[in-house]
Amino acid sequence: MSRYLDLLKGMLGAAPKRPEKVSEKVQKIMFLKYEDKDRYIKEKLHARDHHIVSHKWRNRRWAVLIATNLLFVFSFWLDIQILEGALTASRFVGFHLIDLNSALHVMLAHKHIIVNLFIGTFTVFLLWVLLGGRSFCSWVCPYHLLAEWTEKLHLWLVDRKIVTDHEFHRGTRTVFWLLFALLSVVTGYTIFETISPTGILSRALIYGPGLALGWIFLLLLFEVFWSRRAWCRYVCPIGLTYGAVGALSPLQITYHVEHCFHEGDCRKVCLVPHVLDVTVKGRAAEETLGLGPDCTRCGLCVDICPTGALRYEVKGLSKLL
Amino acid sequence: MSENEPRPAAHKPAMSIEKAQKARRKFLQSVGLTAGIVGISLLGYIPVTSARTTRLRPPGALDEADFLSSCIKCGQCVQVCPVAAIKLGDIDDGFGLGVPYIAARDQACDFSCDAVQCILACPTGSLTYHKPDFLGVRAGAPLAHAPILKAKENDAEPSLNLKERFGVARLARPESCLAVQGKGFKGQARGPAFKGEMRYVDVDRWAPIPVRDHPYERDICDLCVTECPIKDAISLQPFVNEAGDQRFMPVVQEQCVGCGVCEMICPVEPAAIVVDAQAVWKGAAR
Repeated sequence: MSRYLDLLKGMLGAAPKRPEKVSEKVQKIMFLKYEDKDRYIKEKLHARDHHIVSHKWRNRRWAVLIATNLLFVFSFWLDIQILEGALTASRFVGFHLIDLNSALHVMLAHKHIIVNLFIGTFTVFLLWVLLGGRSFCSWVCPYHLLAEWTEKLHLWLVDRKIVTDHEFHRGTRTVFWLLFALLSVVTGYTIFETISPTGILSRALIYGPGLALGWIFLLLLFEVFWSRRAWCRYVCPIGLTYGAVGALSPLQITYHVEHCFHEGDCRKVCLVPHVLDVTVKGRAAEETLGLGPDCTRCGLCVDICPTGALRYEVKGLSKLL
Repeated sequence: MSENEPRPAAHKPAMSIEKAQKARRKFLQSVGLTAGIVGISLLGYIPVTSARTTRLRPPGALDEADFLSSCIKCGQCVQVCPVAAIKLGDIDDGFGLGVPYIAARDQACDFSCDAVQCILACPTGSLTYHKPDFLGVRAGAPLAHAPILKAKENDAEPSLNLKERFGVARLARPESCLAVQGKGFKGQARGPAFKGEMRYVDVDRWAPIPVRDHPYERDICDLCVTECPIKDAISLQPFVNEAGDQRFMPVVQEQCVGCGVCEMICPVEPAAIVVDAQAVWKGAAR
């Protein structure tokens, strides 16, 4: 329970804590792991040598993300009418689907909820409780994909010492969430929607480009030259909304300390490296741990881990199988 | 491999000056980021408060402020419109970004969907048949009775489920009106390049066609009157001008809902008759 609270606090911006108590089983695992240092290093190098670098989950995720967005596009362009609307609100073969953050802001600004709005919001809520909350970010949000591509440019520039990554406090996102909610209530306008790259990009894909894409371009420039993945990491309230929903989700990426060499490759590729703090030597209190609500379930860590210490798991289901 | 280095003792040493400075810088930068992003988001107020453009909203739209707050910016109304009259606002519309509007001169709402599909499509009630009671009704906005759609006049239910107008037409430039000048009109109402569409019941009740494919021939131009989709919303009335000639003038009636078809079809450039977006009925002597 206390880990659960710590994970929520971590999502809101708190720095990860060292565990107060490490279970006996984990202590034993760690003891055995480091008993013979030469063997440990040998095993580590062996694992690296035999690691077939795969982009399995990344490719699957990109395919799903692109397919979902194309389904929106073609539903309108080709009039196939399967998924009509945009990411903020749509109908899937007639059923209302409404983005949780957009719905929240409409409710806060307009202060009136009609039945369709409630139905659509509730359906999407259930969907993302099952599918892992922030998996919306990495598996659906079109800005995530663009940002992921430009991140490569940023890392390339960092590598050549042309730019450096300027980190902000992760709690900034929580402040943004509260500020935008407050602004919606006070002004009566859904102000966040005006600058939300998710909505802007989704509409641009479906209804055609506009000046608003200039804003997306500026954001990407900022991320390339100033701060890595700044929008998703420090600003976007949509991520926090879905993160809160995913806190209840059975779909998680789990960490298995037994298989880990604590090398930290996973943390280098991660959008939210604080969720992988457990992979630091001595931070895992239990044998198996879920990464928590802020994890976007993108699977980059699963792909990069040479020893399979990080895996997709569905709570309850994995035990049944 | 830094992970293999021995860890310091569990208690934290006092923060070094360098570390404290770094934390302070990070905090200030975070504050800067917050102020910057919120500041930029509030720029959306400028187009809204300056009312630079008062947009014609789709039928059934709530009053402007309520419309902007309740619209979820999904464009489902855009997708169902058979004549593609509905467009979405861009970032220079401020908080109107992604909010639907109609540019009547380019493509007006001619109600060729019969049932006001955009209202049916709206998931948040921004476009609605039944305005919730707690929202006020502006004087002059309600229609005296449900507007009768000329195309449905012989149906069992000839009226549109619209309680309020979304604009009012106005003869803005009587001097350029062909009827006022005693002129007729022959040919394509808006020329060969015009892309706008309309539903012509005598051509095909269910399929709108380009206006350019439906040429007209009138002794006295009365396109705004004959093409108006709503019954009793506009009429051509005789008058005697200063020179003592018998002339005609289109006169907007109280049943005008503000769809903008008259503005779209008006063959002179710029249009002699325009629709005032979000306007209310202020009496016949306008």
